Amino acid sequence: MTTDLTRATAAELADLLGAGSVSSREVTRALLDRTTAVDGVVRSYLHVDEDGALAAADDVDRRRAAGEGLHALAGVPIAVKDVMATRGLPTTCGSRILEGWVPPYDATVVRRLREAGMPILGKTNMDEFAMGSSTEHSAFGPSHNPWDLDRIPGGSGGGSSSVVASFQAPLAIGTDTGGSIRQPAAVTGTVGTKPTYGGVSRYGLVALASSLDQAGPCSRTVLDSALLHEVIAGHDPMDSTSVDAPVPAVVEAARRADVSGMRIGIVRELTGEGFQPGVQARFDEAVQHLVDAGAEVVEVSCPSFTYALAAYYLILPSEASSNLAKFDAMRYGMRVTPDGVDAPSAEQVMAATRDAGFGDEVKRRIILGTYALSSGYYDAYYGSAQKVRRLIANDFAAAFETADVLVTPTAPTTAFRLGDKLDDPMSMYLNDIATIPANLAGIPGLSLPSGLADEDGLPAGFQVLAPAMVDDRLYSVGAALEARLAAAWGGPLLDRAPDLTEVSR
Amino acid sequence: MSTTTGERTLSFDEALATFDPVMGLEVHVELGTNTKMFCGCPTEFGAEPNTQVCPVCLGLPGALPVVNAVAVESAIRIGLALNCSIAEWCRFARKNYFYPDMPKNFQTSQYDEPIAFDGHLDVELEDGSTFRVEIERAHMEEDTGKSLHVGGATGRIHGATHSLVDYNRAGIPLIEIVTKPIVATREKAPEVAKAYVATLRDLLKAMDVSDVKMEQGSMRCDVNLSLMPRDGDTFGTRTETKNVNSLRSVERAVRYEIGRHAAVLTDGGSITQETRHWHEDTGITTSGRIKSDAEDYRYFPEPDLVPVAPSRETVEALRATLPEPPAERRRRLQTAWGYSDLEMRDVLNAGLVGLVEETVAAGASPAAARKWWSGEIARRANTEGEDVPAYAARLGVTPAHVVELEGLVTSGRLNDSMARQAWEGVLDGEGTPTAVADARGLELVQDTGALEAAVDAVIAANPDVAAKIRDGKVQAVGALIGQVMREMKGQADAGAARAIILERLGQA
Repeated sequence: MTTDLTRATAAELADLLGAGSVSSREVTRALLDRTTAVDGVVRSYLHVDEDGALAAADDVDRRRAAGEGLHALAGVPIAVKDVMATRGLPTTCGSRILEGWVPPYDATVVRRLREAGMPILGKTNMDEFAMGSSTEHSAFGPSHNPWDLDRIPGGSGGGSSSVVASFQAPLAIGTDTGGSIRQPAAVTGTVGTKPTYGGVSRYGLVALASSLDQAGPCSRTVLDSALLHEVIAGHDPMDSTSVDAPVPAVVEAARRADVSGMRIGIVRELTGEGFQPGVQARFDEAVQHLVDAGAEVVEVSCPSFTYALAAYYLILPSEASSNLAKFDAMRYGMRVTPDGVDAPSAEQVMAATRDAGFGDEVKRRIILGTYALSSGYYDAYYGSAQKVRRLIANDFAAAFETADVLVTPTAPTTAFRLGDKLDDPMSMYLNDIATIPANLAGIPGLSLPSGLADEDGLPAGFQVLAPAMVDDRLYSVGAALEARLAAAWGGPLLDRAPDLTEVSR
Repeated sequence: MSTTTGERTLSFDEALATFDPVMGLEVHVELGTNTKMFCGCPTEFGAEPNTQVCPVCLGLPGALPVVNAVAVESAIRIGLALNCSIAEWCRFARKNYFYPDMPKNFQTSQYDEPIAFDGHLDVELEDGSTFRVEIERAHMEEDTGKSLHVGGATGRIHGATHSLVDYNRAGIPLIEIVTKPIVATREKAPEVAKAYVATLRDLLKAMDVSDVKMEQGSMRCDVNLSLMPRDGDTFGTRTETKNVNSLRSVERAVRYEIGRHAAVLTDGGSITQETRHWHEDTGITTSGRIKSDAEDYRYFPEPDLVPVAPSRETVEALRATLPEPPAERRRRLQTAWGYSDLEMRDVLNAGLVGLVEETVAAGASPAAARKWWSGEIARRANTEGEDVPAYAARLGVTPAHVVELEGLVTSGRLNDSMARQAWEGVLDGEGTPTAVADARGLELVQDTGALEAAVDAVIAANPDVAAKIRDGKVQAVGALIGQVMREMKGQADAGAARAIILERLGQA
């Protein structure tokens, strides 16, 4: 074995493991050692489960030796965003209020990973309750971008993007409510997919906004995303919004990587002005690659997208204000008794705990949502936002009449500097402008690296969107583009990222 | 606590002379499903605290609800039985408020889109008239957990050192049935309220959707009441008396609030919109929390659940499962059985209608069915704290036993007292009535020679009594029959003995 196991893709590891050339323990050990070497500076993880991961690896190795038929990804380790419930392993959602909570149950996604025999390396950092675009709102400190440690790794899944980008894990689970898988993928030079809403079970995903949340894969290649997508997708009777239909043939589509004859729609409202020139340039080149591969380009217009951000920032806080009400110090997590109160009432304990346990961004959104749902304001805010949501879905439906897929830059800029937008929530919110419409409409989206922006040398992301339940089309387009770009670059983009072991020493 | 003395009240008649009552009744019914509204946890009453819970009903982070299809079916059936329209498409909503025994700090309920709406229920009053109560809606929701405040004197949170919460009840399916304002009842308001709850209870029990035990809280009534000036048309301010848990209390609470409201209003005061607590022991209500119309629960459609859209075929199939309404059934059976009102009421109160019906269907006379099921077995069942049907089922006593017992009497093998002995043997587990009669040697003596000899002996031994009878005092014959029975060791046919004595003494 000459390959550096930490740099192998999930597909390569699956082949090595399947052929018996390497054991899951060796792979898992290598990744854990990499974490020891670099996570001090990247800070991708909130909890590393060395014992659990190695035990799971040994179990798979034993079963493989016994000749058991195993899943294709059996033995390939994975990291999981700390928003997914993991039995026996802390789950904090990046919040003090859940510090120390160990769930007595597994999220369906986690259960499927375990059933596939994938060792869980640990839980990745995130913006508190998935609120943010930079992971700076984590109560346990920010994660860092492996390309430039002074920059953000995206959010809210900055832990999941940076853990993959820094070669601590070939795969990670993220969740995407307004872009939290795709935007971090874009700014770290990795691949991230938000499946169709309901395509992957939400059971055990600690809810931010129930009608928007969607778990999905983070990886370094399009094929790896597809392989993981297949493991975690499919109907779950525990989630009534889960789609009861066959999982699209995503792996097959990724391997086919064919765009010939496909109509690629460029969304007029999500290009040009407002996008960093270097990001826009990489986007335009990527489109040209697709044309060279046989695709046809059409321009589409989605006029209601103008209101997407406003609608999103009413619906999300409204649902979040209700979803976060359960954190009240009564059953689990943090409990704070108010100072100077002799016999505090239940309400006083709840108030003191929520005051101490929630960060500013969480409080901001709870207040916003509580206001938007208040009687007398419901129709003006939440009700109107739901109408906008329908208009956006209509825009997509019309656009997919003329285009098979839509493409946009994933985020308007490359990774900004840590602290730059912390005091300006509106400017932080704008970073999700291209990803949010897909969440409002429930359609799938994928982001893959389109290259490095000229002005700062940092990765830019290319987003592909497809109609609901046609997730396979994302992988065809993504894989075709990935192959052409890799050929143009002479190798994967991440090969150009700095070697963090030098920095951390 | 100020629970012993009430506020000033006017007498009921005084109050009704000036005001017309307006009522609104909200009845919560726990459905008798095997599992909870949104998860698979069992719903058994009285289990050890927190033994019937899971991540879903505990509201653990990440857990998601899934609607109990059986509960939805029950809700639709209840809606149909209340003559409601059934929604073609409806949703659950979140009712947001903080409460320590509510795991998610929102209750999953229905708000502007209930499963059933616009119905009515006809209730019979004691004077034989019928009053129609209009139903606003029946909607589905989940129950909360239960708090226990420990260390204080009153069992309330005030003064308690700590509180314990039992989440076994959290997530139990509830149906809330809300009436439209009930007007024009005048002095019959308390009776209408009680009759409505009673009729509803009987209906739900007949439908087998709930055990409707008010004392266990599986059926609870909130009484909204306001007064308006006699023959006015503008409703007054209402109060809501919570969790009234017996039929009698419903009636008393309405009566009390009418008197209390009237006193406040005639004194020139105004009614505060508030919830009130009902005190069973003193028969009064006391002030609870101030509740304005503007209380903000921030309802919005529950995003974790897909809409409920019952097909019309499903609704019609469920309609076909509805039982005959209890009031109609009662009238039909009373006529068929020829029971007096009193006999029918006894059978109803003892919960024997079903057993009597089965027994009559098996071939017994209505009189025998009523007699045997309401006698010794009812006494024993009561001692065991069970109802007769459950007790009989446990003992293995069936309608066929009653049919057989009656056959032994009509064929002349057993007299009444022997039949009672045979029935006791059946209840003691000694076998069928015939087997008991055989084993205990129960059999009327059919040999008239022996009976005549016994009669003659008794007449000879009691000349005074015999003389009285000869003189026409026929009622004295009982004493002689008793002695004949003793002589015959109880195996004589008392009717035959009476006939022979009267014949011998010239009174036949």
